Amino acid sequence: MDETKKQEQTTTHKIGIYLWIWGLLFVLSFFSYMVDWYQFQGLLRWSLILIFMFLKAGLIMAFFMHLFWERYALVNVLLWPMTAIACFIFLMVAEFEYTVFTRIFYFVVGG
Amino acid sequence: MSDPKIEGYVFKPGFKGMADDTGSDQTMFKGVHWGKAMMWIFLLSDTFIFSCFLISYMKGRGSTIIDWPNPSEVFGLHVFGVDVPLLLIAIMTFVLITSSGTMALAVKYGYEKNRKMCGWLILATAIGGLTFVGMQAFEWSKLIHEGVRPWENPFGAPQFGSFFFMITGFHGTHVSIGVIFLFIYAYKTFKGHYDEGKRGWFTTMKGDYVEIEILGLYWHFVDLVWVFIFAFFYLW
Repeated sequence: MDETKKQEQTTTHKIGIYLWIWGLLFVLSFFSYMVDWYQFQGLLRWSLILIFMFLKAGLIMAFFMHLFWERYALVNVLLWPMTAIACFIFLMVAEFEYTVFTRIFYFVVGG
Repeated sequence: MSDPKIEGYVFKPGFKGMADDTGSDQTMFKGVHWGKAMMWIFLLSDTFIFSCFLISYMKGRGSTIIDWPNPSEVFGLHVFGVDVPLLLIAIMTFVLITSSGTMALAVKYGYEKNRKMCGWLILATAIGGLTFVGMQAFEWSKLIHEGVRPWENPFGAPQFGSFFFMITGFHGTHVSIGVIFLFIYAYKTFKGHYDEGKRGWFTTMKGDYVEIEILGLYWHFVDLVWVFIFAFFYLW
């Protein structure tokens, strides 16, 4: 029982880490806004958007939601299901490419 | 049910701890408050809901052959004679991140049993959330005035409106529910319910500052979802 008590108490952290993450989130949000401001286009735009998005999401989950300090059992229960979402995204990309192909095809060839 | 008082259980970090936690024929997440474990499970299911919305948006946008409305023009604002792209959305993003930061600090002060600081920070979070919902209402009414409907809009592909209202509406609902709970929890914190261990309304569970952390998980999740909506809906 004493052990678990001790474990509960380690959930408090120094204020500095929160302020750092907070500041980083502001900076990253500013950067992702700048992506739109300077109207980057094409692959550069998409990769920058994704990089800033994943960095922000990672910082929020790891430090604000304490996943970085959390037990592996919980971390694994939460993160493995994300592979199912990734699979779903790949399936739907194939699907919309097929849909747009058939649409263009029948608009050109006719029904 | 996770009971913090499991006899003889010693928490170990890393994969060793994970094996102990999942494979000992007892309960999982030993020592974790059941409310916290359940909030995580809820957030996981909510992740799937929002993923389905965003994936259907991807599919809708990818499979139309009509041009998609340019978000940086549609969501731009005209201030002081200048067109600023995505201005309102940028402010909303900063407001939500600010409120996420105050919530993280509220959780920290809650665990330090600093009642006043914790209460004020939760109140600040609630006001941030309320500001966000207010700006979203403004954005919605602006777009509705401009003729955006779930079935048509003057800017481009007609699917735009249905995805916009569905995704931001579902997120806004989450924010609104969060704001209501933030005000309730701010009240409970100031009244000292978590210091005295006073019971809640629907539970025989004794009040504890872990409840602030559970509320914090929900609030950070709302911010997390906004990160994805901001990237995919507004910037893409």
